[in-house]
Amino acid sequence: MKHKRFERIGEDLYSGQLKNGLTINVVTKPGFQLSYAVFATNYGGAHRRFSLGGEMHNTPAGVAHFLEHKMFDMPDGDNALSVLSANGAQPNAFTSSGMTAYFFDCTSGFEENLRMLLKFVSTPYFTQETVDKEQGIIGQEICMVEDNPDYVVYNRLMRMLYEHNPIRDQVAGSIESIAEITAETLYNCHKAFYAPSNMTLCVAGDCDPEKVFAIADELLPREKEEVPKADMGSPESEKPIKSYNEEQMEVSAPQFLIGAKVTPSPAGSTLLHQKIVAQLALRTVFGTSSEFYNRLYADGTLNRDYDYEIDYTAGTATIMLGGESASPQKVLGEINSELARVFNDGIDETAFETAKRASFGSRLRGLEDFDSLCLSLVDGVFGGYCALDAYEVLESVKKSECEYFLKAFMAPDRLAMSVINPVKA
Amino acid sequence: METIRKEILPGVWLTALENDKFKTGCLSISLLTQLDRETAAQNALIPYVLRRGSRYHTDMQALAAELDGLYGSYIEPVVRKIGEIQCVGFLASFADDKYLPDGSGVFEKNANLCGEILLTPCTKGGLLLPDYVESEKEKLLDSIKSRLNDKRSWALQRLIEQMCCYEPFAVSRLGTEDTAESIYYQKLTKHYRNLIMTSPVEIFYCGSLGADFVAEKLSDALSGMPRGEIDYDIGTDIRMNSVEELPREFSDELSVTQGKLVMGYRLGECMDDPDIAAMYVFNAVFGGCVTSKLFMNVREKLSLCYYASSLVDLHKGLMIVSSGVDFDKFDAAKTEIEAQLEAVRRGEVDADELLAAKKSVASDLRAILDSQYNLEGFYLANTIDGLDLSPEELAAAVECVELDAVVEIARSVVPDAVYYLRGNGEEDGDEA
Repeated sequence: MKHKRFERIGEDLYSGQLKNGLTINVVTKPGFQLSYAVFATNYGGAHRRFSLGGEMHNTPAGVAHFLEHKMFDMPDGDNALSVLSANGAQPNAFTSSGMTAYFFDCTSGFEENLRMLLKFVSTPYFTQETVDKEQGIIGQEICMVEDNPDYVVYNRLMRMLYEHNPIRDQVAGSIESIAEITAETLYNCHKAFYAPSNMTLCVAGDCDPEKVFAIADELLPREKEEVPKADMGSPESEKPIKSYNEEQMEVSAPQFLIGAKVTPSPAGSTLLHQKIVAQLALRTVFGTSSEFYNRLYADGTLNRDYDYEIDYTAGTATIMLGGESASPQKVLGEINSELARVFNDGIDETAFETAKRASFGSRLRGLEDFDSLCLSLVDGVFGGYCALDAYEVLESVKKSECEYFLKAFMAPDRLAMSVINPVKA
Repeated sequence: METIRKEILPGVWLTALENDKFKTGCLSISLLTQLDRETAAQNALIPYVLRRGSRYHTDMQALAAELDGLYGSYIEPVVRKIGEIQCVGFLASFADDKYLPDGSGVFEKNANLCGEILLTPCTKGGLLLPDYVESEKEKLLDSIKSRLNDKRSWALQRLIEQMCCYEPFAVSRLGTEDTAESIYYQKLTKHYRNLIMTSPVEIFYCGSLGADFVAEKLSDALSGMPRGEIDYDIGTDIRMNSVEELPREFSDELSVTQGKLVMGYRLGECMDDPDIAAMYVFNAVFGGCVTSKLFMNVREKLSLCYYASSLVDLHKGLMIVSSGVDFDKFDAAKTEIEAQLEAVRRGEVDADELLAAKKSVASDLRAILDSQYNLEGFYLANTIDGLDLSPEELAAAVECVELDAVVEIARSVVPDAVYYLRGNGEEDGDEA
């Protein structure tokens, strides 16, 4: 276990790797009531085809999410969600395209809850009967998201941007694909992806890091297993397959999401650097303090329902700008003219320096939220960097790097737009 | 955590929590006014119009540049409804000085900027700019209409609108579409002047600075605030019984694949002398957490709902059960939700259930101490309800709640309305 003090942001990180390959990060938070722990595997909805033990394996869409639902069942008949809740903890889990994470927070009994978390996630217990029952529940969940405009606008964008990567499909799979899942599929995938060497434990709270390491060491398997290698499909082209899609739903005004693919940097410090460059470039040019946003806000094209991000998941990186507008086409046109201006004249020096300053403040705020802090540490473990280095990296980012990033990934023919229009009366 | 409360200007109260565990500081200024159908949209619009520009930072771009320069501070409009009190104002968040390279004064600059935005708007001929008013009015209308996009909260709002149709509580925090439509800049300016003159003001600060220093800087920042006769005569009217003998039923039809069932109750006679801790525990036992009767039985055991949970509004004395249901399971879900409430009324709550509920509530309350925003919300609501309890004290009270007290609340609860969101048969996947 190594200790590192990040003086600038006032954080202490204890990190290390157990013999079984599990990476652990603990950020101590003296004076706080709440403790938070997340136990995550580098296994999500997109990890459908993978090589392990010299063989390729194909699995139906939706196994990672299905596993997440069933992991809470324990061999003694209890449900881990109920046990943790009964002990005053707030447990939950999610599956994204790139990972599955199990987490809880609590204000007392942290070590006991941590034991429970590690135990239930590392103990598979499925019967065909419970798997069959879950198929119905997940089937309902799969249908339900089609009522959610945020999901639909996102999913349609992914389908235009990605031709092969499974990120284009729903994480939960389809009614047909989950029908193929059996108890055996779940056991096999658990064995492949839930080995400690493919997982990480991240903790924040007023706790003893030594204890966290000791508990993990005591409860988890001792063997260091081979890490499966996922195949996310053939390489993607630079341009979208399709650049525009619109559908109708029960919404009050048109919802839009504009996106572009980014080639992610290789894992390690270059990946962290690219993430910081991307975020800073987008904040400077398209953030809520930008000339772009304020102009479109003032003329009524955009309202407060507007956001931008770059999302790294399952070997992809995607720039997204979205919100609500009576005229999504106008927004797209304005984005393209703004980019043309940046490609021509570069980013304004003052705007860049101010955005950098503001970014430091926003990131500092992120450290107060244990959930986002721990998940950024998890991203770091799977991406081969330390998330708390972001503050140092931010200082070093140059304006020219941001300009280069936008030029490389946001040319007009790389953009696609997904729109949800209100149902016509 | 030391809590100081004092009046820094007539009718302007500061609650300050000095604490150095956070990396940021938080400051909020809330103007309190009676929730009313006629004025709610105007009140809701005011902070947004003010945030468009002040006399010295005449547009949003200028304000954004100033705030970014203060290390990404933000000052955002906030509009809330606590019982039948509408609270409008600003919430500011800024980095704590000790993490900033060039040192100090970010709090003071934020306080001054809040004062500037609130008290010296960008005007022409003494009136709020018509352009800003019109533009924000359109955005307010967008926001009011956009509630439709989230069907779960939309269904909840539709129940409240209809269940409380004879009470101001029916009005949402942003007001109604028709009253927003009729807003005009001259009338709004007059309303704004009246609001800053007469409304009680609650200021909240949480951060590393001492209360005296904070009070002094805020007094300076707000020194130009015109104060007239303060309207302290505001409050929430709590209705104890149902409007009709049998629960009223309402429904809407939309092109959706999943139905929503929302059931509204009055907390009833227990609101005469409310036992806050017991009410929190009652809600957790019945439907407020994952060990609750609704979650364990209606969702997990019987799989009748995708979600089923309850919430209590202690300011207004309501309990609302919210659930997502297949269209053909409405009746079965409603019967089971009622059966679970009956079980609590009969005292069929085992020791483990009660303990889990108490732990869940106490833990939520203690977790408030770790978030400046939750602390802000907690103290504002407490002040409005006239309570003087810290989250810690309330958590301790929760741990002492006995089953009898929970049962008594369950018996006091009266059903008043049921709302169904149904499909209109045009959606695909209706049969799913």
